[in-house]
Amino acid sequence: MLKYVIRRLLIAIPVLLGVTIINFIIMKMAPGNPVDMLISPQIPAEALEAKRIELGLNAPAYVQFWNWFTHLLQGDLGYSMVTYEPVGKMIMSRMGPTLLLMGVSLIIGVAIAIPLGILSARRQYSKLDYAAVTGSFLGISIPNFFLGLGLIYVFSIWLKILPSSGMVTLGGNGGFVDILLHMIMPVIVLTANVAGRNIRYVRSSMLEVLEQDYLRTARAKGLKETLVINRHAVRNALIPIVTVLGMEIPILFGGAVVIEQIFSWPGIGQLTMSSIMSRDYSTIMGLNLMAAVIVIGANLLTDIVYALVDPRIKYNK
Amino acid sequence: MINMNDLLKVDHLKTGFESDYGTIVSVDDVSFRMKSGETLAIVGESGSGKSVTALSMMRLLGTGSRIMGGQVLFEGKDLLKLNDQEMCDIRGNQMSMIFQEPMTSLNPVLTIGYQMCESIMIHLKQSKKEAWASAVEMLKKVGLPRPEAIMKEYPFALSGGMRQRVMIAMAMSCRPKVLIADEPTTALDVTVQAQIMKLMKELCEESGTAILLITHDLGVVAEMADRVLVMYAGQVVEEADVFTLFEDPKHPYTQGLLKSIPRLDSDDDAELESIPGAVPARYESIQGCRFYNRCPYATEKCHAEMPLLTVTGKDHFTRCWEAQRIEGGVEEVAYE
Repeated sequence: MLKYVIRRLLIAIPVLLGVTIINFIIMKMAPGNPVDMLISPQIPAEALEAKRIELGLNAPAYVQFWNWFTHLLQGDLGYSMVTYEPVGKMIMSRMGPTLLLMGVSLIIGVAIAIPLGILSARRQYSKLDYAAVTGSFLGISIPNFFLGLGLIYVFSIWLKILPSSGMVTLGGNGGFVDILLHMIMPVIVLTANVAGRNIRYVRSSMLEVLEQDYLRTARAKGLKETLVINRHAVRNALIPIVTVLGMEIPILFGGAVVIEQIFSWPGIGQLTMSSIMSRDYSTIMGLNLMAAVIVIGANLLTDIVYALVDPRIKYNK
Repeated sequence: MINMNDLLKVDHLKTGFESDYGTIVSVDDVSFRMKSGETLAIVGESGSGKSVTALSMMRLLGTGSRIMGGQVLFEGKDLLKLNDQEMCDIRGNQMSMIFQEPMTSLNPVLTIGYQMCESIMIHLKQSKKEAWASAVEMLKKVGLPRPEAIMKEYPFALSGGMRQRVMIAMAMSCRPKVLIADEPTTALDVTVQAQIMKLMKELCEESGTAILLITHDLGVVAEMADRVLVMYAGQVVEEADVFTLFEDPKHPYTQGLLKSIPRLDSDDDAELESIPGAVPARYESIQGCRFYNRCPYATEKCHAEMPLLTVTGKDHFTRCWEAQRIEGGVEEVAYE
């Protein structure tokens, strides 16, 4: 197992290198650069040129990449071309709020999806099943921004009971309750999504397991139906769900971009959006690298958990 | 007439499946009885209702199927009237079952030990430790090498024959009064089949367990059974003790089955006999005899009127107009 993990980590290195190169090329192909974004009639052309030289933007593209890459090898993600803060520090400071939002949504979403999916499968074609499937369909198909704006309209503008943006009340001293109130709406949006997707996965996985011969064996042994379901069916049904949950982490990071924009949540998503808008090359590269690391890490974690829950899977190499 | 010697009495059992065309009756008016320690074989081809009969008795039918009538009397209690808890107390304890597919009948993510101990702990009220010891003892009895190690294995590590041995060990661990074996060797290697059958027989003789053996293999029947029930299209067509059935089959279907067994001592160029045609689909709508379209003796009467299961000899029952005619028209209806 340890050998397997080490091998996977070694394979990750060329993958990450490839991802950063592709990112760099795409980023360079996009029109504009950090200096162009600053253009206003008041700034003289000489000042802009000086700025370009200062940021190293006049050098050939491969030299720029090489500079970034050699710094990366020393653990340095460089400085933002817009705010002049270290990129590593910026990402770290934004990570907390995003993880809080995503972690809570993921936990609540899964806590809803697993029992509801199981119940829905056990009572296939019942009213509850139809309700769960319909709810899940709505959760998947309503776009995040639409649900987010709808919630803001109802709870912030109409009922005036929840704050519409930010993580803490401006000028207030924060605190648990304050953050909690700010979290409610973005969490509802992300949870609707997570639960919606996973109810269907859990339901179909459970439906498949319910047909299996070993459940008949369990019943033939004289086990009560609750034991048959909880001990024999659920464990088997959740094995494929591990994969789905592993994919959920990168999906949530992607979803955070939109949701943090709508609710002005000071997280990674917002940073991503603003750095792209201002062509903040070094920050974009840092964020992309982080995203790639998360995807690879989530995949590896999925495979490890898979081996833990399914005795048939062993990693020998 | 309830005979106190009867351990199990199935009476006019009728089971159907809901389908798009309405209810399809796959077990129609099946009756039989078993004494303790006896081996009763149910023979018939695929779709004749053998397995559904067994699953109905254990009340293990899947969704979409239901028992439409009849009784399953086990020691005088009607199993079909018990509540779920009472039924759970009987399953795996007094009546247990082995299935056709050893490869898929064990839970892939639980250890053999866990799956063995489960029923022992529930039914015999043993502690985990005691149950573990009894399970190891059972695995030894079914002839598995290094039972302690196997207890910690997962099913994927065992072969089909070994898994079926585990299934037998599991089924026999509470010393049931009835063991229902639904084609227990169909999925196994021919060399393993005989071993498994022998093992089942020995274990059941030791604990006085009656076996209800479901099979389509007449060789197995001859080897194992005391009495035989031949099923065709959801009905019992003939019932007799094993010697009578093989020597003097009355129903043309049984006769056909026996003729279609390949024999080692037959001529090299002798053609193997077979029964022409196939089991009719949707047979519950047939008015007359369900074997009519394949029967060499079919008459007008067979087409118009369904024969009842009647006495055609000592403890010998046949559902056939022709057999009744030959036997001198004994009109007594079996089990009424």
